Amino acid sequence: MATKTVIEAVRDAMHEEMSRDQNVLVMGEDIAERGGVFLATDGFVEDFGSARVIDTPLAESSIAGIALGAAVNGLRPIAEIEFADFIWPAMNQIVGEASKVRYGTAGKKYAPMVVRMPYGGGVRGGLYHSQSIDVVFAHQPGLHVVAPSTPYDAKGLLKSAIRSDDPVIFLEHKRTYRLVRGEVPDQEYTLPIGVADVKREGSDLTIVAFGLMVHYCLEAANMVAESDGIDAEIVDLRSLTPLDRDTILKSVRKTSKALVVQEDSLSYGVGAEIAATIATSAFEDLDAPVARLAGPDLPEMPFSPALEAEYMLSPEKIATAIRELAAY
Amino acid sequence: MTYLIQLPHVGESVTEAVIGKWLVGIGDHVNKFDPMVEVVTDKVNMEFPAPESGTITSISAVEGDTVPMGSDIGEMDPDDPNAVPEASTSGMANAPGAPGIVGEMITGANVGPTGGTFADTSMETSSPGGSSVQNTGSVGEGRNRSDYYSPVVMRLASQNGIDLSTVTGSGSGGRVTRADVQAAIEGSGMQVAASPTESPASTDDSLVEPTPIRKIIAANMVRSWTQIPHAWTSIEVDVTGLVRLRDSQKEYFRSRNGVSLSYVAFSLFALAAALRRSPLANSAWIDGKIRMNGQVNIGVAVASDAGLVVPVIRNADQLSVAELAGAAAPLIESARSGKLTIEQVQGGTFTLNNTGPLGSVWGGSIISPPQVAIVNTEAIVKRPVVVESDTGDSIAIRQMMNLSLSFDHRVLDGAEAGMFIQDVKAGLEAFGPGSDIG
Repeated sequence: MATKTVIEAVRDAMHEEMSRDQNVLVMGEDIAERGGVFLATDGFVEDFGSARVIDTPLAESSIAGIALGAAVNGLRPIAEIEFADFIWPAMNQIVGEASKVRYGTAGKKYAPMVVRMPYGGGVRGGLYHSQSIDVVFAHQPGLHVVAPSTPYDAKGLLKSAIRSDDPVIFLEHKRTYRLVRGEVPDQEYTLPIGVADVKREGSDLTIVAFGLMVHYCLEAANMVAESDGIDAEIVDLRSLTPLDRDTILKSVRKTSKALVVQEDSLSYGVGAEIAATIATSAFEDLDAPVARLAGPDLPEMPFSPALEAEYMLSPEKIATAIRELAAY
Repeated sequence: MTYLIQLPHVGESVTEAVIGKWLVGIGDHVNKFDPMVEVVTDKVNMEFPAPESGTITSISAVEGDTVPMGSDIGEMDPDDPNAVPEASTSGMANAPGAPGIVGEMITGANVGPTGGTFADTSMETSSPGGSSVQNTGSVGEGRNRSDYYSPVVMRLASQNGIDLSTVTGSGSGGRVTRADVQAAIEGSGMQVAASPTESPASTDDSLVEPTPIRKIIAANMVRSWTQIPHAWTSIEVDVTGLVRLRDSQKEYFRSRNGVSLSYVAFSLFALAAALRRSPLANSAWIDGKIRMNGQVNIGVAVASDAGLVVPVIRNADQLSVAELAGAAAPLIESARSGKLTIEQVQGGTFTLNNTGPLGSVWGGSIISPPQVAIVNTEAIVKRPVVVESDTGDSIAIRQMMNLSLSFDHRVLDGAEAGMFIQDVKAGLEAFGPGSDIG
């Protein structure tokens, strides 16, 4: 097995799928000659030509709209949005149209498109390069929302997303791009969308997270295991929709305590959905209130390094929350 | 004064860069903001300006080197002696290691797309729990919860017939936790098994608070069982000669010494000699290190009304059988009557558990940490045994005893444990009528 970064895994997944299926194409701002802002498609235009590796105008509504049109007409476009923060002009094309194609045509049409977006903070990106936009799309039925944390998961899930017949919002935490390395099999593989993964087994409490927070949670779990003997289990959602409720509930039924960790601001977030799921379906197994640890309810990630550090979760903050819940 | 020149951060997710070309050399004077070095990243190529005015004194990252953002690339002697480099960046807390399937985080720094230098304090300045807006739904506030029961506690208590008012809570505010109620379920189960109902009229179970010594024993046993990887071995010992020796001597011994010539004394003698020859069996596992004990101090497990106690025979390897019998007898008597002093139970390096009187023929005892082994001397029973001789095999009635050894597999492997127990066996089988017992 080779060791890859997340961005390398993303690049490999797209390259393999474009080699396998000529209907797959990539499109986005500066993705052809420049290889994309994070170099996810570096060298693609040489390998696949400008008909399948398309530089688009600086207009997200156009990118999403063209991708949707291509998808309903038989192609499998992968649209890259430079930063998730720039997605808002494309909301009508994605939420208003793409999510409704299959339902609105009674199954006669479908939209096999992927919208890739680097998201998330902790990168000194300030207001316009740090946003977590996950919950906006997770709320919309008709879309799949995938948010892997490791190179292995990123590659296997992106290949499944490209092969999916329904629109997939594929969220890549930009801080993990080159920060997280991991083993990726040399041979072909895919991972199913909608299946969570237990990244750490434990008996004392369950932590549910996704994206960069999975790594912070793993670090926090190791800290509290060493300092307090607390044995935390970590469930990596990997997909926000479909949500793998079974894996979450199985873990909580075992540990009886749950902490949901989300980078985004607290209110109406992914954690709320998970907390409600646990309260509804595992009430009789709970030994403590479901805890949530999240960013503060502020309009955006502050640019000041000190304020960003205050806004962002950290392994230390998560460790404190774990200790508090374990002591309950 | 030396001023460290650090590679600034250039853009989001960029963790390292390649030194393209130095535009200045050692000894050159630069003005603040003068172009100083060309840097190539996978996002941008750019010139970095001099952070201060001064003279370049060394260059540690040469052209072609790949260096992490924020690392030192050279030194300068600044014109302004008060110039202070911006704080060094540290990025993620973890060190790079072998990547696993979950992946690893590599050291790196991160910056905004507008570039510029600053200290990455993202992992250091966080004040856990310090932000009032960070976490809502705090679960640890310290109000009295001794009469509050969570859903899982109520369900488990109901399903297992536990009276929660009898369970002591270990959680926040005295709350009964799931672990507490599970312990109560296990405790009541053990009690039912241990004391069968005496009469049909009193079938109600009850919960009994363990005595303090019972709690200490329980805690020690759990600690040993959960921390020590126990392994076991057991061998047969032909003690026919030993039994004959003791039978021939015991009346005279008692009349002369005032104490009985116990089997324990012979076992202690054989053990002590073997422990002196197998120092690893006499060692201790302490904080990941093996302490080779200088003395051979053997504890003898004794059942008392209060519970298990283990008085220690010090320097057992320097005593004869007779001296061991004389040393053990008063200690065992004190143990049974609860009169041992702290000194008499401390410093053991090995434990003898004489399970024979209970009729036991095999057992896997739990090791007493930090000791690394414990031996059971099991019941001596007459058994038909095949005896080999020059005239062929025959079946004889022999006095047989099993030695059961539990050992800490972190310290001892099966080969060493086996050699040790064989040595004890040889020591016991060497006794016979006429042996000198001192």
